[in-house]
Amino acid sequence: MKLKQLESLLGDLQQFSNPKVELEQYPTGPHIASRLLYTAENSFDDISNKVVADFGCGCGTLGAAAALLGAEQVIGIDIDSQSLEIASMNAKDLELDIDFVQCDISSLGWRGQIVDTVVMNPPFGTRKKGVDMDFLFVALKVASRAVYSLHKTSTRDYIKRTAKRDLNASSAEVLCELRFGVPQLYKFHKKKEVDIAVDLWRFVPRRSGERTINLRSAV
Amino acid sequence: MRLLTHNMLSSNIKGVANGFPLRIEVEKVVEKEVEINHDFLRNIFPKIDWKALSDASRIMGYHELPEEPPEPSVLEADIEFLRKFHHALLELHLEEGALLCPESGRKFPVNKGIPNMLLLEDEV
Repeated sequence: MKLKQLESLLGDLQQFSNPKVELEQYPTGPHIASRLLYTAENSFDDISNKVVADFGCGCGTLGAAAALLGAEQVIGIDIDSQSLEIASMNAKDLELDIDFVQCDISSLGWRGQIVDTVVMNPPFGTRKKGVDMDFLFVALKVASRAVYSLHKTSTRDYIKRTAKRDLNASSAEVLCELRFGVPQLYKFHKKKEVDIAVDLWRFVPRRSGERTINLRSAV
Repeated sequence: MRLLTHNMLSSNIKGVANGFPLRIEVEKVVEKEVEINHDFLRNIFPKIDWKALSDASRIMGYHELPEEPPEPSVLEADIEFLRKFHHALLELHLEEGALLCPESGRKFPVNKGIPNMLLLEDEV
């Protein structure tokens, strides 16, 4: 599938009708989503025929993109039932077979590194401090091949240090810097739209022996 | 929820030593056909907890999987076996019902195929 076609399909997806500020619900735009998945697949072969999990899937944009690029099985996980309803509808509209699970990522119970790839656009931690690192911690416990994630550029050095030292990453690379357009979604937003500098990261987890892992946030 | 997902999900309630596998309570199972991918099945097989899959598929009404995991060589040659593995892993959906923590018995409801694994404050 061509990048433009992917971007176009993702652009038709329904987004949050009543975004919840405390969950930092912002749609992952089709521009970023298509490029994230396209890179993951074409540069690293991390998507097609693989099991892919979309952490904090929201309305399911990243998961849908993974399915469209040939992921064998996609699992979308989110804490919010309204988002999951929208995500289910989006999957149905695109005739995609995606499993959804309602869960708080920080307390996710998972058997081990059975998923191949995790893709995510996690909350940045502006409402709940440290939640971006919670997501990364859990993702690196669940994925066996790679974790793709978006984090504010301002946190780049901190993430690079922490990922390798504390979170079980054998490598942590910024693939590119993007501008995340945050639309005027919430009452406290003064501007019509604001661009935030965001890094697209690729982390490779260190492999551990398989056992049931209790995923309590470490950070 | 497919059994592939069930094969990875576990209960993470405070105090529970081993929350896998979750027991399944069936109210409604839906079968949805999906194209078979032999290589994918061969690659995922070593990662699957066979007993959990085979027990779960039986509860969902499918009795074709052996209780004992097959030798890996079976996956190379036996296409019929791969079909059964495929069917159990990817084509059976728990649409309505519940998942139960194997230790505490706590029920996680499944509605419209989506399990609700949200924990209460005292379970975290």
